[in-house]
Amino acid sequence: MILNGAQILIEVLVEQGVDIIFGYPGGAVLNIYDELFDNEERIRHILTSHEQGAAHAADGYSRATGKTGVVLATSGPGSTNLVTGIATAFMDSIPMVAITGNVNTDSIGKDCFQEVYTAGITLPITKHNFVVREVSKLADTLREAFKIANSGRPGPVLVDIPKDLTLAKCEFYPQKPLNIDNVYVPDDQQLNTVAEAINNSERPLLYYGGGVISSGAYEQILDLVKIGNIPAIHSVMGKGIMPYDNPMNLGMIGMHGSVAAMLAVKKTDLLIAVGARFSDRTANNGENFVDNAKIIQIDIDDCEVNKNIPADYSVIGDVRKVLKALLPKIETKERSIWIEEIADMKNQDYIPIETEDRLKPHQIIEDIYQLCPDNLIVTTDVGQHQMWAAQYCKSEQPRSFLTSAGLGTMGFGYGAAIGAKLGCPNHTVVHITGDGSFHMNMNEVPTAVTYSLPIITIVMNNNALGMVRQLQKVYCNSRFSSTLLQKQTDYVKLADAFGALGFRAKTPKEFKLALKEALKSNRPCIIECPIDCEEQVLPMMPAGATVDDIIIE
Amino acid sequence: MKRFILSVLVQNNPGVLARVASLFGRRGYNIDSLTVSETNNPGISIITLTVTGDENILEQIIKQASKLEEVIKVHHIQELHALSRELLLIKMKINSETRTSLREISEIYEAKIVDLAPESMIIELTGTTQKIDAFLGIMKDYTIIEMCRTGVTALEKDSSKIK
Repeated sequence: MILNGAQILIEVLVEQGVDIIFGYPGGAVLNIYDELFDNEERIRHILTSHEQGAAHAADGYSRATGKTGVVLATSGPGSTNLVTGIATAFMDSIPMVAITGNVNTDSIGKDCFQEVYTAGITLPITKHNFVVREVSKLADTLREAFKIANSGRPGPVLVDIPKDLTLAKCEFYPQKPLNIDNVYVPDDQQLNTVAEAINNSERPLLYYGGGVISSGAYEQILDLVKIGNIPAIHSVMGKGIMPYDNPMNLGMIGMHGSVAAMLAVKKTDLLIAVGARFSDRTANNGENFVDNAKIIQIDIDDCEVNKNIPADYSVIGDVRKVLKALLPKIETKERSIWIEEIADMKNQDYIPIETEDRLKPHQIIEDIYQLCPDNLIVTTDVGQHQMWAAQYCKSEQPRSFLTSAGLGTMGFGYGAAIGAKLGCPNHTVVHITGDGSFHMNMNEVPTAVTYSLPIITIVMNNNALGMVRQLQKVYCNSRFSSTLLQKQTDYVKLADAFGALGFRAKTPKEFKLALKEALKSNRPCIIECPIDCEEQVLPMMPAGATVDDIIIE
Repeated sequence: MKRFILSVLVQNNPGVLARVASLFGRRGYNIDSLTVSETNNPGISIITLTVTGDENILEQIIKQASKLEEVIKVHHIQELHALSRELLLIKMKINSETRTSLREISEIYEAKIVDLAPESMIIELTGTTQKIDAFLGIMKDYTIIEMCRTGVTALEKDSSKIK
């Protein structure tokens, strides 16, 4: 059939199984929106307040569902506003397709109204990007974009479509989605070497990250822990795979990781990294990350091997497939001495103090998990609240803790919550944020109101940019440069003005009441929780420090 | 720190050079020279790069560049088994005295004088980087008006082909 470019875009999106997109209209995408108008039944378009919110929503949708998130924006500012969202998805390997309009083909390069070189700007923050030059290539380019976004290590792909191509016509042939490229499955020899190293290890330690979630290797991780009696630590991206209270779960490793995780890394004789990349916030003492331990690295991306920390053995492949092939070779071992040591390390973990008269971050989070239904998805922004959430959230389901880990994007959480709620309408979605992050993208509260998305935002309000303030306390002799906020925002009135429901809770009792009410309301809610600005994220391991330098008070 | 020569086979698409160059900028790798040319296959171009770094950097460069969608193959050329060449064009200021000596030096280096004007001459020299560096070392005793060199292009000597 003969279709124009805008129609082809719709057809390919449907072909790829896309039924929801996030975006913002504009001149260069006029014809695409005209076509969306006729296709409401097939593709739901979610209009955000700002393109950045749309990009984070597409990202959050993808993180929560595992499907490809799609975002649509116009040329110029539309595409530049996507940049932070695309970079966020790129750093955390989230499959996303961004579609941007651009000026007419014959106007490109003439500094037209709302013209920017989107492909150039997004070049280093996408897995790949395309500028479509002929309408006859549009369908295949879009199909390729979906394929690349999901092949190997996932990531965002951008397709830039000049406006004239959205009206130009050509023959369209429907097609099934392209097969995702499979990274080769490792040979037996390689697996035997790795299995032997694990079987011979007295004090093995599993270290997993976001790759386990991307590949869906949850069961395999649990099996490996169980069969081998191998304790595990995880990066912030790996949260939600092992039950929080499992004695073999030592929690998060890194700058604000658990004491037990840090001690275990120092004691292990074999670190088994699975879908994790030894980022500087994880291995924040670089080459001294482990003492005398061998390192096995299992990852889909060859580039991650020897990038940050040299590995002794590596297996490249989809981590689920690799673990599936590896598990039968793993011997059941008691490792009772090591397990005892691990239990002892867990006893050295930092325990925050409880109070009844004021709100403590960990108590807020514990209450969230106590009062919310089990199908809870938590999204966060970035800062102290994010680390508290990472430390205390009892997420026991993969894809239920959504956070901007790699890029550390303040303002990620609200958009991500919108995407998560639309992707998982039967889940309760709670957005944990701080007063700094909330002010960045609170413009998306009206989006939740528009679409009746009952997202509950918990603002931990310390009247400060707490994380930077904490760094200033440690590194800058408590010179709090530009980190004390004197905003007079009335969150209750603000919620009301946006058409949401607002609460202020000063004590644990008040918080529980507010949260119960918020859950009952089935509306977007904002609960302001004033906390002391002296609250620190503990433990803290300063960059380059050793286990002896952990700050716990 | 060593110098490495890499042959990067890429799809001949618009912007592909920018992608490769951007990767180097983004990851902080130093490019000493870069040449791009078509190959006998019109759909494929070849980028020859010389980079300085240690073995770890080389490993990362090869892996990261291979990951780019439009990169077909990254090949580390072993200099012992390869021919590498650069082309130098240099415009020298001359007078009756220096003209003769520049001619003599050019003869020794098998360089060609490709243009001669009353007050200047242009010399062309093809050779390895080392040879061109040596020639330039001598030219510094005279007056160089302007110069340019192409950067390294290289092929391995055996009868195989990068695949």
